Amino acid sequence: MIRLEKRKEPSKFWGIANPFLAVALTMLAGGIMFAALGKDPVVAIRLIFFDPIFSETFGSYSRPQLLIKSAPLILIAVGLAIGFKAGIWNIGAEGQYIMGALFGAGVALAFFPQPGWYIFPLMVIAGAFGGFLWAMIPAILKTRFNTNEILVSLLLVYVAERILAAMALGLMRNPDIPGFPGSRDLRRYEAAHNAELFANTGIHWGVVAALVAVILAYVMMTRHMLGFHVQLAGQAPRAARFGGVSPARLVVICLGISGALAGLAGMFEVSGPGGQVRIEFASGYGFTAIIVAFLGRLNPVGIVLAGLLLGLTYIGGELSQMMLQIPGAAIQVFQGMLLFFLLALDFQTNYRIRLTQGERA
Amino acid sequence: MRKTLLRLEGLSKSYPGVRANDDISFEIGEGQMHALLGENGAGKSTLVKMIYGLVRPDAGAMTLRGAAYAPSQPSEARRNGVAMVFQHFSLFDALDVAENVALGMENPPPLRDLAARIRTVSEEYGLPLDPSRLVGELSAGERQRVEIVRCLLQDPKLLIMDEPTSVLTPQEVEILFRTLRQLSGEGTAILYISHKLEEIRALCDEATILRGGRKVATCDPREKSARELAELMVGQLLTPPERPERPFGEVVLEVEKLSLKSNNPFGTSLKDISFQLRAGEVLGIAGVAGNGQDELLLMLSGELRAPSPQVRLKGDPVGHLGPNGRRAMGLVAAPEERLGHAAAPDMSLTENALLSASRRKRLERGGFIDWGKTEAFAREVITRFDVRTPGPHVLARALSGGNLQKFVIGREIELDPDVIIVNQPTWGVDAAAAATIRQALLDLAGKGAAVLVISQDLDELLEVADSFAALNEGRLTPVRPAKGLNVEEIGLMMGGAHDMHVAHEAAQ
Repeated sequence: MIRLEKRKEPSKFWGIANPFLAVALTMLAGGIMFAALGKDPVVAIRLIFFDPIFSETFGSYSRPQLLIKSAPLILIAVGLAIGFKAGIWNIGAEGQYIMGALFGAGVALAFFPQPGWYIFPLMVIAGAFGGFLWAMIPAILKTRFNTNEILVSLLLVYVAERILAAMALGLMRNPDIPGFPGSRDLRRYEAAHNAELFANTGIHWGVVAALVAVILAYVMMTRHMLGFHVQLAGQAPRAARFGGVSPARLVVICLGISGALAGLAGMFEVSGPGGQVRIEFASGYGFTAIIVAFLGRLNPVGIVLAGLLLGLTYIGGELSQMMLQIPGAAIQVFQGMLLFFLLALDFQTNYRIRLTQGERA
Repeated sequence: MRKTLLRLEGLSKSYPGVRANDDISFEIGEGQMHALLGENGAGKSTLVKMIYGLVRPDAGAMTLRGAAYAPSQPSEARRNGVAMVFQHFSLFDALDVAENVALGMENPPPLRDLAARIRTVSEEYGLPLDPSRLVGELSAGERQRVEIVRCLLQDPKLLIMDEPTSVLTPQEVEILFRTLRQLSGEGTAILYISHKLEEIRALCDEATILRGGRKVATCDPREKSARELAELMVGQLLTPPERPERPFGEVVLEVEKLSLKSNNPFGTSLKDISFQLRAGEVLGIAGVAGNGQDELLLMLSGELRAPSPQVRLKGDPVGHLGPNGRRAMGLVAAPEERLGHAAAPDMSLTENALLSASRRKRLERGGFIDWGKTEAFAREVITRFDVRTPGPHVLARALSGGNLQKFVIGREIELDPDVIIVNQPTWGVDAAAAATIRQALLDLAGKGAAVLVISQDLDELLEVADSFAALNEGRLTPVRPAKGLNVEEIGLMMGGAHDMHVAHEAAQ
């Protein structure tokens, strides 16, 4: 007979081991899925996890890509993790990411073609503000009317996507190329371009911002009263109120931080690697960042590692699509599996599985 | 000599690290009122759980009416005529009485028949109940009646009652005792768990006393004094707390005509509360649970905001201030629920020390936490209040109830407050720890702090309080000097029997 026993304290060992185990299980289950699609599983897994970095043929192209893909994931996930720790579930980072990009690009397009050192900093502020503003909608609805922030933030993603499409086709469309959707290419507008800081490394301002965010989040969560209150509210809401934490204030702060960071990520993307406001600009970073946050154990350092890994699956996914014609959706299934296995495995951090003799009747 | 109903022989049960029950043997006769006495952690709960089929003994055997009895689950115990009323009720607020009773039965009859039976049985035993009322609207005493009636419908031969009077007023206790005596007269044995010695001396004809998992004595409680019983329970001599005579200072806390809606749909709103508390005074507030105690504490601690001018601290209006604002002005509080309210279960004692002490002990500067200083403060509380734990890194939930309570109350006392509010300061705490906590509160009052103790334990209040008031359905009685009050008067202040006194006359 299998019995479940609640552990007295959550297991530290499994807390650290589970993410690794989840990755291993995902490779296994993913391999089975690729085999079912008629592809060689070993080659596919190798293409996704190994070749982007070590292959001589693709490496020079895909190594810088790693930071480009990982930076927005890490930036968004760090913000989300703070909220998740407090029990505030912002599922709509994708929408905040889009709004940040639109606000940032909006500033750039308004100044075009003027030069000026101040334009990029203004875009940074506007991007963060756009994401913040979009996150304030679920925050205010929650504090005022007690709505569920999961639903509101998620549904606002689809609103943001409609606004993105409308902008790409209307207000922000490049007037110089009639008939084509999409804005001017910000990479060709020097004052607004989020360029590579060191050649062929993939390091742009977004990478720097992600690193700074990780450090600040770490300090906040371990050394500052705000971080203490966030953890308190997540673990014991009544004790938090006893400690003087205002739940409404915390909702606004957590959604605000995660929204602003997602907005920043969107702005760095649209002014750099993405280049322009297009209908298909949003590529799911906001959703994948949820996986990154959990895989990184909501810990800023863990999030860096998880962000690099998920960034890798993006590049590896593209490679395997190119080389093996594996459908793009398969790679999303792959990412989903990772979260699925992790959540399932996390059961054993809190419970012990025991095989026992059947009790005598 | 009456016939033996249940015989326990050498029952033992161990949990990792604890020997909860060690070789316990005694007998319960048919129709006997048998008390099971002991401090928290003495093994009373484990023992009755074995009798009720919730826990299997590691060793030993039971016989019921001469036949071997080893229930593997509660339903088997119930089939054998063993019923139990738990200390914590398992009732659904949103369902009515009959529905709640039906949920606890194996094969409930149609609700209409059941309602009729509930009415008959409850009146027969002097516990009137309206089967169609929502449980959420019932008082604690009435909820207990639902549990008792649920048991009586199964026509039990042995009724186990776990701390049944902790939620009752003295008058309600009287009614319950009459019911129990009636049951006993009809041949139902009662196993009565309590640590209230006077009750046991009034009710039971035999008592088994447990200490540290072992049986230390079986005796006739009517032949022993309460003090002798207590010393058997604790295993040491008890000294009542010292209370030096002292003059009171100025009024430091004042509440005037305050009405406040509860934040909980089944909570009790406060109605027209007024009282004054002077420096050096200990005010005891009695009342049966659920009469507004939680709300009163939340309102005073600042977790529930109140109209500002109606709550005054040293003359300044503070109703609008939150907990930290009031702490800064010298008012601290220790809520009833230790785990989850006064302390975060999954955080270390160091982190829990920070919870309420951050401002007054200057454990933070500009929002940045000084963990070294915080840990030192946690150690200080642990040492001064004799909290038994390996160190401040231990999680709050790993501590026993009594130890955590010492930590939580100690933390607030160490903040050197001018006013301290505590709710149920010694609930579930063993006698030695309770004495420490009460003495610490009295010492604080001796140093000039105003102390407000909310408690359901009348003995505790009479021991520590200078003045006395009672909460009843959200209203506070006028404050009276505690000296010279007797239990009868206190019972009336607590709302008497909540209009239940006619019950027994009506039944006769």
